[in-house]
Amino acid sequence: MTVRRVMGIETEYGIAEPGHPMANPMLLSSYVVAAYAGTQLHRAARARWDYDDEDPLQDARGFHLDRASAHPSVLTDDPAHPAPSGDATPEDVPARGRPGAPQSRPRLPVEEYEDPGVANVILTNGARLYVDHAHPEYSSPEVTSPRDLVVWDKAGEQVMLRAARIVAVNPALPDVTLYKNNVDGKGATYGTHENYLVDRAVPFAEIVDVLTPFFVTRTVFTGAGRVGIGQVGQLAGFQLAQRADYIEAEVGLETTLRRPIINTRDEPHADPERWRRLHVIIGDANMLEVATFLKVGTSSLVLWLLEHRDAAPHAVAAVRSLRLVEPVGAVQLVSRDLTMTTRLALADGRRLTALEIQRCYLEAVRGGLEEAATPPDAATAEVLDRWESVLTRLATDPASCAREVEWLAKLRLLEGLRRRDHLSWDHPRLAAVDIQWSDLRPERGLYHRLLEAGAVERLVDADAVSRAVHEPPTDTRAYFRGRALARFGAEISAASWDSLIFDVPGAATLQRVGMRDPWRGTEAHVRELLDSSGAASELLEKLMGPRGSTGAA
Amino acid sequence: MSGQQRSERRHDDDADAPEPISPPTAAQARDTEVDALLEEIDGVLESNAESFVRGFVQKGGQ
Repeated sequence: MTVRRVMGIETEYGIAEPGHPMANPMLLSSYVVAAYAGTQLHRAARARWDYDDEDPLQDARGFHLDRASAHPSVLTDDPAHPAPSGDATPEDVPARGRPGAPQSRPRLPVEEYEDPGVANVILTNGARLYVDHAHPEYSSPEVTSPRDLVVWDKAGEQVMLRAARIVAVNPALPDVTLYKNNVDGKGATYGTHENYLVDRAVPFAEIVDVLTPFFVTRTVFTGAGRVGIGQVGQLAGFQLAQRADYIEAEVGLETTLRRPIINTRDEPHADPERWRRLHVIIGDANMLEVATFLKVGTSSLVLWLLEHRDAAPHAVAAVRSLRLVEPVGAVQLVSRDLTMTTRLALADGRRLTALEIQRCYLEAVRGGLEEAATPPDAATAEVLDRWESVLTRLATDPASCAREVEWLAKLRLLEGLRRRDHLSWDHPRLAAVDIQWSDLRPERGLYHRLLEAGAVERLVDADAVSRAVHEPPTDTRAYFRGRALARFGAEISAASWDSLIFDVPGAATLQRVGMRDPWRGTEAHVRELLDSSGAASELLEKLMGPRGSTGAA
Repeated sequence: MSGQQRSERRHDDDADAPEPISPPTAAQARDTEVDALLEEIDGVLESNAESFVRGFVQKGGQ
């Protein structure tokens, strides 16, 4: 299996109305989401999110945060009360890979009130598009490979761009510009979160120990680059990462303040007996495809190593020994060291650079594969080779990585401007370049100008991305979600990561179909079932299957 | 499109480059490449960078 795992990525996009810095971002974001909802023919474009299984206060360390003691911005599971900004019954395990048999739900006597501020769309590609904390957010569907993650992440950029274009041509609506970045340079930050499904058997303490030095040092190839140092950019200069100055704790539940290196939100959206979802909030939003690919590919491999700690004890021991003395301080040290030569103090007395620490992880994964007698599959080999190549070149010839590593691609432009036009780091043109870098419009975005000029690497096929705007991945439950919405959207009244709620005319109650196993509901599992069902009622009958006939009905 | 043209051109340069008078250093070649990119983006850069940067104000998120 190795690099293959269920994973996803969610991005809160920066949003602005040109010329109107005081525009209400919540309203602008809801225009974006509503505009895209209008392009979706299915009723579920107006469907409610099914919050039944959401629990953002469940902590991986084994306790549950009391709602009253939680910061209001963490309470994201109550549609009647959208979470403000940070600066202010188990289902049966389904048979044969099918979703669970439908469960009856009472139909509400009146339509639930829908607040435009909680605009929410579930897309036929299996993604979720909604307003979160005054930003439009795209949460990708579940995928199983780093390449697919890049494809459906890029599809999210297309979704956002289309939405903004629709808003732009509507004379009744303000002009809206979207940015795939994480900071405004005035103190605000907003996130790009990776999600990895991890074997529940791995103790959380082990995840913290092994992943902390990994996340601190992977910045050398995941950083998107930032003009300005400090939370409000109080110092002039450039650093590797957008998020580094906002990481203030080693481990914690919060995502909107005191942001931790390891987030403990334990809300698997799947069978909690089998899995946890590792929710990673330290990463930057990346425009460069190779950066996203390496970010999730290497992280998935380190998690593989942890999941196979019994079969690869030596390799795991090697990465366990990388514990840092001051991990939070190291986040900033790594981010501010453009030469990548700063040595970090390890708990065992060694002093290693970020590149050396990453090299240890790479060698441990390679060693672990050998130790566990697991020959790497093609997708794994691709990640390992690129990881090694980038680490080697970052140490010897960093400029050669400017097509793959985002902070170097951005820095190349900035240094060029500085040289040509004699600009110091506090010149507003450099800050403007940083913002315009991730403007989603191909005609204005600087990343897009570089892509057009062939100056950054294209890893995935542009046609595959266009298809992924509408079509779900075929190898996770996102297939069932997306295809069911495309086929029977008129009869789906709500959805979530692990459920679809059908409202079929003539049925006495709503029917909730649970999808507790993200590996099921794939094309191989349910395509025939979906294709052979002429109507939602027929699909539901088939899902009841043998269970219905053995008396449960 | 233009990306492909550009890389083809570079390939041709490598394949049958006329004897250079003095071979440029890697650093000089990179500067030349960056200057070409800068020309590419000069036209789209915000003309009033200061007010553009000042106006980019976001609410905090996750």
